[in-house]
Amino acid sequence: MRRLILLLNAVLLCSLFGPALAQDTMPPAPYAYRQLDDPGQEAAAQDLMETLRCLKCQSQSIADSDAPMAGDMRHQVRIRIAAGESPDDIRTWLVQRYGDYVSYKPEVSSTTWPLFAIPVLLILLAGGILVGRFRRRGA
Amino acid sequence: MSWRLWVPLFAFALFLGLAAYQLTQPKDDFVESRMVGQELPYFELPPAMDGIQGVSNATFADGKPRLLNIWASWCLPCIAEAPHLESLKRQGAEIVGVAIRDRPEDVARFLAQHGNPYARIGRDDLSEVQLAIGSSGVPETFVVDGKGVIRYQHIGDIRENDVPILLEKLAEAGE
Repeated sequence: MRRLILLLNAVLLCSLFGPALAQDTMPPAPYAYRQLDDPGQEAAAQDLMETLRCLKCQSQSIADSDAPMAGDMRHQVRIRIAAGESPDDIRTWLVQRYGDYVSYKPEVSSTTWPLFAIPVLLILLAGGILVGRFRRRGA
Repeated sequence: MSWRLWVPLFAFALFLGLAAYQLTQPKDDFVESRMVGQELPYFELPPAMDGIQGVSNATFADGKPRLLNIWASWCLPCIAEAPHLESLKRQGAEIVGVAIRDRPEDVARFLAQHGNPYARIGRDDLSEVQLAIGSSGVPETFVVDGKGVIRYQHIGDIRENDVPILLEKLAEAGE
């Protein structure tokens, strides 16, 4: 019984202090979870959000994350799209601030081209070896 | 047996070695701001609590270099950082705060408990300024020169050994 009371106390204490200190208690940004009224604009915003990385939870896009900062980023994306900004401009604005890191869309650049080139080269090499072997066997 | 037979195995071993080495390296979660070297964008934030002034980009354009501290009362490392901000202030640094997603009563309670090193604190409920200057978490501290140009970024809480570095960067920004 005493143990149970101790346990209850611990749970109570945790629920009192834990969450309050771990994260802010502010409501989410207005457009963090609210879709834009115009379905076309909302679709554009959604497409863009899926290609932007959450900076707090770096293995998720901001469309997938419930981190408050991701919500604030979705809010930015939606109000900017509603104001007529193009998704490319918003992406550029963020890349100017956070670098390629914020992008979840693979892009060929001076640093990433080997990632795209090496598999193609390997396939060509393997193909070349196979063709060579088959020819030799045929002959 | 031709030496060429060993080439693929050797290449594979090299790859494994590289992968194993990378696995032992600590993960670097820091996302550096690309705004270092650039001017603060336009912003205007209301005060984060009663009895203190708000913050705008114009605050930084009067010729005096300052620290711009991104923090929040709900952020635990900010408590650890508080005494070092105090020590920076004692050594002549002017610190401007931006409170992220915070309530005025919480800001006041935090400052009453941990001291108030801030000359001004702006209230950033939507992380707008944070996003505009390329900051990705709390706490972060930027050195901004007298023209409003960001000169240095410190990511994470300020520890004792960061204090002289920040003072030096401030002095450099004032030259």
